[in-house]
Amino acid sequence: MLTNRSKVVVKKEMNFLERIYLPAILGGLAITFKHLFKKAPTVRYPEKEREVSAVWRGQHVLKRDDKGAERCTACGLCAVACPAEAITMVAAERKKGEEHLYREEKYASTYEINMLRCIFCGLCEEACPKEAIFLTDRILETDYGREEFVFGKDKLVERVDARIDVSKRQTSAVREFKQLKQLSHNK
Amino acid sequence: MISSFLIYKLILVVVIFLITLLVAAYSTYAERKVAAFLQDRIGPDRAGPFGILQPLADGLKFIMKEEIIPNVSNKFLFILGPCIAMMTALMAGVIIPWGGTLTINGESYSLQIADLNIGILYVFGVVSIGVYGIMIGGWASNNKFSLLGAIRASAQMISYEIAMGLSIIAFVLTTGTLSLGEISAMQAGGEGNAWNFWNVIYQPLGFLIFLICAFAECNRTPFDLPECETELVGGYHTEYSSMKLGFYLFAEYINMFVSSAVISTLYFGGYNFPFMNNLGLEPNTITIIGTGALFLKIVFFIFFFMWIRWTIPRFRYDQLMHLGWKILIPLAILNIFVTGLIKILT
Repeated sequence: MLTNRSKVVVKKEMNFLERIYLPAILGGLAITFKHLFKKAPTVRYPEKEREVSAVWRGQHVLKRDDKGAERCTACGLCAVACPAEAITMVAAERKKGEEHLYREEKYASTYEINMLRCIFCGLCEEACPKEAIFLTDRILETDYGREEFVFGKDKLVERVDARIDVSKRQTSAVREFKQLKQLSHNK
Repeated sequence: MISSFLIYKLILVVVIFLITLLVAAYSTYAERKVAAFLQDRIGPDRAGPFGILQPLADGLKFIMKEEIIPNVSNKFLFILGPCIAMMTALMAGVIIPWGGTLTINGESYSLQIADLNIGILYVFGVVSIGVYGIMIGGWASNNKFSLLGAIRASAQMISYEIAMGLSIIAFVLTTGTLSLGEISAMQAGGEGNAWNFWNVIYQPLGFLIFLICAFAECNRTPFDLPECETELVGGYHTEYSSMKLGFYLFAEYINMFVSSAVISTLYFGGYNFPFMNNLGLEPNTITIIGTGALFLKIVFFIFFFMWIRWTIPRFRYDQLMHLGWKILIPLAILNIFVTGLIKILT
């Protein structure tokens, strides 16, 4: 024997009370009867919703900085990090007169996430060097076709007047990372 | 000449038919709810408040589905199978005394459609024909799994009918009559001790055997090998869709309802309830409350059927046959022996 965890099988003949099954059946009936009066742990969605943690991963958001310019620079690290290959983007160059819209010269003219492919793992959020993409605690709305689930920038970029609070997703490690001097250009 | 007797019987037939269908439909709802509560979850609760309209939704679903009849099947027999199952299931409801007698305008109307003097024998006859429904359905599907399911079902049903019949012989020795109306009347109870007259006291072993055989006749767990999904795909109703499948499933619930009614009538006093003659009520009121009491007993037995279903695993086929032939039949014969002995000695 390789371990001492093996148990020798004991095969006993059933005694009379076991063979007539009835006491065992009655015992079983008592057990199931008790379950009739236990509270079911079912959550009656959509009237009640299950509580989620502070860092629950829901729908994505592309954030803007304090001045209102989009942070995303279409570097493609999130697309590479995504294990489900859900993110696609097309980069474009910032023209004169658009400085207030985009932070750097490169920006994403088209940024699409296929929500049906997305597995909500959060690797894109971890990979982003510009703190542009975060996962919020919003739940996706249901819809009927496949095309409706490819979210473009209109659904992903947050509105200037309605910013989404992602402070709970920033752990102490993230905040420490932000204080590093080498990365002050990300502010 | 349509006499008032015939009209009354027709009305009674229609009423009992509708009540049977209603009870069977809500048995499906109760099955899902009871199963859910026994498994720490909640059953259907979206269709109407507390899911009350779920049977309606299920019925509508069955009607709207596509009727598929396999090309290689025997079309006439394919359609005949569920019809026989449904017909025999409903026919057995004719013989049950649903209440005492109502006296309206001086005429007494008995709440039993047909008080045959061979009552229980008729029930057995009808149930035996019910086996045909399953066999024909399995055979006509032209499918190995259906055939196996049908063979197992028919073997199981005829084996357990024997033990049932033998337990009824002992029962008849005690009551001296086969007619269900008289059996119910005999359990009416006397002054004070109304409980001693229920037949379960006189025939406990017979009741146990009858109960086990009733489970087997209705193809209910633990004897539901003919239709379990894990062993036989769907058994005899694999190839059925839409309303024919609905008929098979419905016939099973009607069988359950009728079996509960028969057990309540034979062993638990039928429409009698404790102290019924001592409360000083009008005869009509006693009859109506008696019918209510009968339905209470039936509901309890239907709940018992479902309770057992979600507690016990099912028997393997050879264990099933062993139980039917080698254990229940000798026990039933022993029961007859002991009952006869006691009858002679007293």
